[in-house]
Amino acid sequence: MSKPLPAIVRTHFTALRVLLVLTVILGVAYPLLVTGISQVAFSDKANGSIVKSDGKEVGSSLLGQNYNLPKKNPDDKEEVALPDPKWFQPRPAANGYAGDNSGASNLGPNSEDLRKNVDDRRKAVAAFDGVDPASVPADALTASGSGLDPHISVAYAKEQVKRVAETRKLSQDTVAKLVEKYTEGRSLGFLGQEGVNVVLLNKALDAPK
Amino acid sequence: MGSTLAGWMQALALVGALALCYRPLGDYIAKLLTTSKHLRVERGIYKVIGVDGDADQRWSVYLRSVLAFSAVSVLFLYGLIRLQGYLLLNLGVPQMEGHQAWNTAISFVANTNWQSYAGESAMGHLAQMAGLAVQNFVSAAVGIAVVAALIRGFTRNRTDRVGNFWVDLVRINIRLLLPLSIVFALVLAASGVIQNFHGFTEVTTLSGEVQKIPGGPVASQEVIKLLGTNGGGFFNANSAHPFENPTGFSNLVEIFLILVIPFALPRAFGRMVGDNRQGYAILAVMGLFWVASTALLTWAEASHQGSALQAAGAAMEGKEQRFGIAASTLFASSTTLTSTGAVNSFHDSYTPFGGGLTVFNMMLGEIAPGGVGSGLYGMLVLAIVAVFVAGLMVGRTPEYLGKKLGGREMKFASLYILTTPTLVLVGTGVAMALPGERAGMLNSGAHGFSEVLYAFTSAANNNGSAFGGITVNTDWYDTALGLAMIFGRLLPIVFVLALAGSLAQQQPVPATPGTLPTHKPLFVGLLSGVILIVVGLTYFPALALGPLAEGLS
Repeated sequence: MSKPLPAIVRTHFTALRVLLVLTVILGVAYPLLVTGISQVAFSDKANGSIVKSDGKEVGSSLLGQNYNLPKKNPDDKEEVALPDPKWFQPRPAANGYAGDNSGASNLGPNSEDLRKNVDDRRKAVAAFDGVDPASVPADALTASGSGLDPHISVAYAKEQVKRVAETRKLSQDTVAKLVEKYTEGRSLGFLGQEGVNVVLLNKALDAPK
Repeated sequence: MGSTLAGWMQALALVGALALCYRPLGDYIAKLLTTSKHLRVERGIYKVIGVDGDADQRWSVYLRSVLAFSAVSVLFLYGLIRLQGYLLLNLGVPQMEGHQAWNTAISFVANTNWQSYAGESAMGHLAQMAGLAVQNFVSAAVGIAVVAALIRGFTRNRTDRVGNFWVDLVRINIRLLLPLSIVFALVLAASGVIQNFHGFTEVTTLSGEVQKIPGGPVASQEVIKLLGTNGGGFFNANSAHPFENPTGFSNLVEIFLILVIPFALPRAFGRMVGDNRQGYAILAVMGLFWVASTALLTWAEASHQGSALQAAGAAMEGKEQRFGIAASTLFASSTTLTSTGAVNSFHDSYTPFGGGLTVFNMMLGEIAPGGVGSGLYGMLVLAIVAVFVAGLMVGRTPEYLGKKLGGREMKFASLYILTTPTLVLVGTGVAMALPGERAGMLNSGAHGFSEVLYAFTSAANNNGSAFGGITVNTDWYDTALGLAMIFGRLLPIVFVLALAGSLAQQQPVPATPGTLPTHKPLFVGLLSGVILIVVGLTYFPALALGPLAEGLS
């Protein structure tokens, strides 16, 4: 008869067996169950709230996007893409709205770099929208946490109405009504903060009349 | 509705929901930790793993089981991460370096979820769900198991048995964490959190650019990340990412999930020691710190101090429009007062005092209400210290819940309290002394120091959030922070279980008129004072060099 293994070794084998059993239950069965139910009950949301235009997938209503003019030289990494005046512009993003690279700037409250970014953005946005620099709201000057924020403040959306309407040769009233339509209030009236969904608003602007 | 009123209503709704859960959830947890009945599925599991579900362990065997389970978990997770390139659903992510995989494995086993990698570019779906999410469950269960053993130390007399770790581990997962996770994963998926097995879907946007839309089993992992006070994001942006946290509603659900078990555990404690008032006293101290910290943090962010934030007109850098200030600070204080470390806004860009407060929250030892299990055992150790201090004042042998606190008990309590500050302050000091590691700071001056201090405070307290500007995916930081996490997790557990064993062996002493009542406001005040003094004296110099220096300059 072979000698029984020492207790310390037996404990590790027990630990390994527990871990494997729990991995099957919690790491495989559980996510599969939740996926199965979600795909049946709310497949739209479970698959990323995809937005379509003319039958083609153009993004997700939850993920913000860039709305820039094409670069003069698309291969030039140094060239800064300019915002396209015919679209509502989103908030600044640390990683240029890359869907595979979310994140924030992490610049501190007294950072010289952040200070400069804010001042530069204030000037650029005010000139672009033709408004007084002092009136540009904070969300237009600061990068979001996710780098994929799909919302802007109502104030920032209103500021852009005139420019978008003029570029698209629409009445300001028509555009302002669309802004109102895509303003999402607080959940249940009091949770979070209201904002205008830029992805849905721009898609609506582009829809054939 | 104005944002101030909405902010207040949001906080009140959260407190109301937690209050409603306090008794039923606490009673339920107490029952599952004390009943001798096994479910049929649990009997099946005990058979497979070869454990006698009715045999209790001595504290040393209980500890050996915890340590063995942690060791096996680290190795398994390390292997899974390193080998994911050969397994299913790996999305073609590049091979992770050894030091980073080691850091990540320890981080998730230690309930920390410090992430020196970015989720979307470093982890495939299999490693996320069968590796990281499993540790999110079991590391949470380990915390609750350890506090259960400590409470049994108070309730049992003249025995050397403190429970069976394997039974506690299985029950907490099967009866508590799994059912809650299934329900709330569906709630989150219904509000827009994704749950699929897609890779990246490339779409051409209206302006003609290509955007990669990520996929993954996010809702199932998001829930346990918060419910188990883990905090490791599926994506780099964590709970700020719209696919992890899409609306104001999902945001409140997530904060609720962070707090619901830690705030219900004092009830389970009161139940198990046979005096619910003891639970209310602990709850009062936890609640006091949580309310004060949340209010101060919201005030700090609303005032947007700091030259860059003043220029912008609001502290919206690193915050999401759909959350705004109040929903961001509610999350931030809850995540740093527990061992969660998930974020819905980026603390590095918080105001000097606001960011400093998130560090201070962790320095409190994450006890208000703290991580699942770890928060309560941390608070009970401090309660022991408070009783001891009161005993010194009146010259009596201190006793808590009928157990004498002698030299042996106080040694374990003191060692517990010294562990994390030692790791935090030595780690920060060494990093600041090495020029190469100092260079990891993104911001300069006092704020840069705060980044390093935050990193070690977060690691040693098993929080996992960061002042994210700091570059930590280096050999040195991965190794040093990995050591801080594993020692910060396991050494306190060693001392708590030793304490449990020592308490369980005692004969209870009857309460006399001279016994300090530990359920009255006097004790709540005493305990709060002890916490502030212990933490204040330990960390004040470090805080003065970082957030205070920045805020006052």
